[in-house]
Amino acid sequence: MPDYKLKIRRFDPESGESSYWSEYDVEVESERSVLKGILTARDDQDGSIGIRCSCQAAICGSCAVRINGKTALACNTAIGEAQAKAGPGNPIVVEPMNNMPVIKDLIVDMDAVHWKKVQRVVPWLLPEGPPPEREHIVPAESMIDITQSMACIQCGACVGACLALEADPEFVGPAALAKAYRFVGDPRDGQEKERLTDLAEDPHGMYDCTHCFACVEVCPKDVAPMNQIMRLRRRATNDFEIKDRNNGYGHEKAFVNLIEKYGTLHEAQLLPRSFGDGSLIKGQTEPGAVKELIESLPTAIRGLKSGKVSPVKALWHHKLPGQENVKRIFEEIESKDERLELNLYIVEEEPGEEQGAMAEGSQES
Amino acid sequence: MKLAYWPGCVSRGFTPELHGSMNLVAPKLDLELVELDRANCCGAGVIAEHNQELADTLNARTFAMAQKVEGAVGMMNICSTCQGAQSEAQQRLDADGEYRDAVNSNLAVESLAYQKHAESEWWNKNFLWLLVEEIGLDKLRSKVVRPLEGLRIAPFYGCYIVRPTKTLGYAAHPERDQYLEYVIEALGAEPVEYAGSHKCCGFPVITMNRTTSLRQAGRHLADAIDAEADCLVTPCPLCHLNLDLQQPAAAQFVERDLDIPVLHLPQMVGLALGIEPKALGMNKHVVKTKSVQRKLAELAAA
Repeated sequence: MPDYKLKIRRFDPESGESSYWSEYDVEVESERSVLKGILTARDDQDGSIGIRCSCQAAICGSCAVRINGKTALACNTAIGEAQAKAGPGNPIVVEPMNNMPVIKDLIVDMDAVHWKKVQRVVPWLLPEGPPPEREHIVPAESMIDITQSMACIQCGACVGACLALEADPEFVGPAALAKAYRFVGDPRDGQEKERLTDLAEDPHGMYDCTHCFACVEVCPKDVAPMNQIMRLRRRATNDFEIKDRNNGYGHEKAFVNLIEKYGTLHEAQLLPRSFGDGSLIKGQTEPGAVKELIESLPTAIRGLKSGKVSPVKALWHHKLPGQENVKRIFEEIESKDERLELNLYIVEEEPGEEQGAMAEGSQES
Repeated sequence: MKLAYWPGCVSRGFTPELHGSMNLVAPKLDLELVELDRANCCGAGVIAEHNQELADTLNARTFAMAQKVEGAVGMMNICSTCQGAQSEAQQRLDADGEYRDAVNSNLAVESLAYQKHAESEWWNKNFLWLLVEEIGLDKLRSKVVRPLEGLRIAPFYGCYIVRPTKTLGYAAHPERDQYLEYVIEALGAEPVEYAGSHKCCGFPVITMNRTTSLRQAGRHLADAIDAEADCLVTPCPLCHLNLDLQQPAAAQFVERDLDIPVLHLPQMVGLALGIEPKALGMNKHVVKTKSVQRKLAELAAA
């Protein structure tokens, strides 16, 4: 059996000392997991290693850690592959997840961050009207849209990897927002607009996501939390026209309107339009917009002073040759009754073949 | 090598020095660029958030125009964000024939259609990927006339070119998240290891949460300074906006001085290929690039 060197970040809250590294040589078959390696080290060499685990089969979601810097379930990562990532001769580095306080060694405080945030989004069904006499029957196809968010096993890997959370600990975060979409998209829930308004207006809500794909990359169940956040935004802006104080609505409308008009992005107009309702003039009369615009003025002045932006360019943007075609595409697609969406979670990718079912957007626009 | 060339919006808007420097670097690397001057914005993820079919149609339109360029081996972009948004669209278009037909039907009026190909026949690659995979580091090394020896450069990739790996062809090219380091080394400079290289610059939320956005930019810049970098280099003009244009503002959010130049990838390559800093638009940055130029001059004299 091959030998692996594990380098584990240790922390003992009772010692009063800061964290330190321990190294262990373990003999494990290469296709076994990093978790198996850690447990072997614990059983044979050092019973004080702290790791939370249960099923050892990527179902319970207990053992998310950072392996060579990347968040993953320890039970779901082959130790041979982890060694290949670390490089020959280097130890496999195992650390606790980021963004959550460490309780001991590889065990983080899920209650203080992950579960608290999940609670924040009211993670249960809020049906409207009196309950049905028997089961609440819904057409199967109306649930397809939320199967992806329902696949979450609450391991917190996305929370640990989230780069927006790293900068803003108050961010509601990827797991909780994916959970929010699980109910927003559920046809039995009656509080869709209230849920969306709440998360759109929260400065640390759906518009605090920086679109960095870190959660998509690490999720062991392909929930793609960021994609669920984008679905929340799509519903909030397009279906309910929620004009939030964070300029989420304004930014999307401004961007889309500018591309429809010019074909390429006119950045000089994006800022002022975003701080309103997406229009250049009308939205600027909103009180919040004035403040935001004044805050962004120094940036505009720096742009002009550096010589990268000329006053003419700030005011005038060329239209693409053939821009009428872009405009036509916008008009045709936006006037459709149903949004056409292909979700690769639902439609299996078949690179060699040209078949597959197509999922129609479940919402009428 | 003949290429269909999509410069993107920002490289011709707020970072014109990017498009300009690429145009100077291309002939030195024997690249013939056919600019797609009728192509549209990639949507930067925002249009996909608004309406997926719309975003995929707009990108299919760009691909279809690129595929019509005779003799071109593929399409090149110079923006991590374009790469990410376009790869995402391409993944969906390639995954399902019925979906592809539906999207192409929106383009029929213009006699355009995106054709699915294996990567060996047609691709869309960022300049960074092209440098390593198509030009090759050996050839790049052979073109260097002014090695950037002694310069410590911190790579900053931009999220859209490193995640999600499934969408961005990492299965076939697993080292794409190390190419900036490879290129920095090939040009004679020293890549700097620091915490922020593969993190988010914060730009996508600059209008929605300024604090989150500029804290991110500020921390990465501070980490690069603490790791004793002389400058950063990025293949993404949107990252450049938050790291350079917004740097004075970002300094306030991390409560310390920041004064570190940020180069565009073609500018860094151009310097090593002997092009003058001014021609590369290095005088058009908010954070002055004089320190980089001075160090290069000193090294040349030594």
